[in-house]
Amino acid sequence: MAPEKLVRRFWESIRHIKTFIYRFYVWLVLVFFYAPIFVLMVFSFNNSKSRTVWLGFTFDWYLQLFKDETIMHSVYVTLVVAVLAALLSTVLGTAAAIGIAGMGKRQRALIMNVTYIPVLSPEIITGVSIMLLFVWSGLKLGMLTLLLAHISFDVPFVILSVSPKLRQLDPHLFEAALDLGAKPMSAMRKVILPQIWPGVITGMLMAFTLSVDDFVISYFTSGPTSQTLSITIYAMTRKRVSPEINALSTLLFIVVLTLLVIVNLRQSRDNKQPQRKEEDVR
Amino acid sequence: MDVISLRNISISFDGEPVLKSISLNIRDKEFITLLGPSGCGKTTTLRIIGGFTKPDRGDVFFDGQRINGLPPYKRHVNTVFQRYALFPHLNVFENIAFGLRITKTPEKVVRQKVGEMLSLVNLSGFEKRQSGALSGGQQQRVAIARALINKPRVLLLDEPLGALDLKLRKEMQGELKNIQKRSGITFIYVTHDQEEALTMSDTVVVMNAGEILQVGTPEDIYNEPRNAFVADFIGESNIIPGVMPADFAVDFCGGRFECVDKGFEKDEPVDIVLRPEDLTLIEAGNARIHGVVRSVTFKGVHYEIIIEGMGCMWTVHSTDYAAVGTEAGLEFEPFDIHIMHKS
Repeated sequence: MAPEKLVRRFWESIRHIKTFIYRFYVWLVLVFFYAPIFVLMVFSFNNSKSRTVWLGFTFDWYLQLFKDETIMHSVYVTLVVAVLAALLSTVLGTAAAIGIAGMGKRQRALIMNVTYIPVLSPEIITGVSIMLLFVWSGLKLGMLTLLLAHISFDVPFVILSVSPKLRQLDPHLFEAALDLGAKPMSAMRKVILPQIWPGVITGMLMAFTLSVDDFVISYFTSGPTSQTLSITIYAMTRKRVSPEINALSTLLFIVVLTLLVIVNLRQSRDNKQPQRKEEDVR
Repeated sequence: MDVISLRNISISFDGEPVLKSISLNIRDKEFITLLGPSGCGKTTTLRIIGGFTKPDRGDVFFDGQRINGLPPYKRHVNTVFQRYALFPHLNVFENIAFGLRITKTPEKVVRQKVGEMLSLVNLSGFEKRQSGALSGGQQQRVAIARALINKPRVLLLDEPLGALDLKLRKEMQGELKNIQKRSGITFIYVTHDQEEALTMSDTVVVMNAGEILQVGTPEDIYNEPRNAFVADFIGESNIIPGVMPADFAVDFCGGRFECVDKGFEKDEPVDIVLRPEDLTLIEAGNARIHGVVRSVTFKGVHYEIIIEGMGCMWTVHSTDYAAVGTEAGLEFEPFDIHIMHKS
């Protein structure tokens, strides 16, 4: 065999090994992330209380979930709080985003940074500080405090989801509606809202997901009769060791995952839309 | 009868004065153009009439009534915005019908009126199209139809043809003028294009740096520019400094010339305007103004010839050719000389 050919073969095989290592590494990361959840899911169908030995397939743990009053009550609390928090924070966040869009440059930059702080700051600090506020103001911890806390951490996400839509708007649209006789509120409803609607819906789904998903802040702001699902799961792991936890966690994981996939798909679609429109005009 | 009057309107943005106490009367049913370079305050003037911007000082009158605080949705004025501002979520029909929907007009009337508007702007058959799927010229027409459907007394147009190509712009100029004549609505038109202003308007208002420099018919503005800025902005001009020793006589370039202007102070310093198309090329030998040809550019109908001589650069539009570097003379008649006070 000619020497150049050998050299080429050598580099080629080196390249193959490199690609293999890259891919292997990615898979390794994914396994580390998802193996525990996968095991949890598999054992939620295990026909035994054991968490190590597989003794056949069953749906029993899922059925038992629905008979467990504590769990069903926490499902109820979680859903009520998540739905109300999502709706209210969407209204507040959208109004805030519209107000921010109308501000001057410097003011807007300031408010947007303030908006980012709760998103970036550690949840435990948000949770403790909100709890202290409730204790100080004399509110009894319960459904209401839980709801208020959820709204407060949901609003920034709605603002961050709606603001880009407002930035893409033609600044004269609102004036054009006023010009044609629409009062400011009706111009908002008939012209601005339809334009930013995708962002509003994405923000609302995001808020709902975060509410369902939240543990830390809920832990500090809920009362004894208003425990959310994640708090119930946490409590269960401390009291009794039951495969019900596996089943419940699996359900929660799947719900949150589905919502996140929807939100992400919507966001990437929203970001593509304006480009497509420009192409149409050309 | 004046439909709109502006009285001593002043406004500043961030401490920068944008309008410096301007006053203007706009007659009913006229086509009036605010003409000036960008940043001269013409768009701000339009926005004040539309009610989108509040002046710091001064009053706006509509039919003799003060309307300073009246919001846009209560004014009998509609606007065609610079980049159309069509509602992207509505189709052509609903965009045009918007103003009628606000007043809860019965469906039958809506259909009939939108139909009329569509045929007025030559867009019948486009009802179901989305506004994003229209060409620039078509979007323009939808914007005009949308603004006209409320039957405003006054239509404001903010550089409406700016985004169109030259050929389409010419077509739309004619169409706009026709629509204005047929509808009998006062058009207030903002542009920086002097040719557009001269072609379409009954009255031209020349603005610069927040002030109104001259108001008049296109002929007045072109033939009798009040100062050097107007003369230079409205078409190309040769502007030469001179002195008026007496009525009907002016001194410039070292000679005394006969002219048709009078009423200046004795020995008043003035600016003299000579339009390039009014200058005639002659033999250099017996010309009072002469010089060397510096450049020749073919412009289609004529050559643009730059001649340097008598301390000036002279721009000449001539169908005659003159070679670069040769000597050439210039000739003009007394009525070609336009004399203006120093601004």
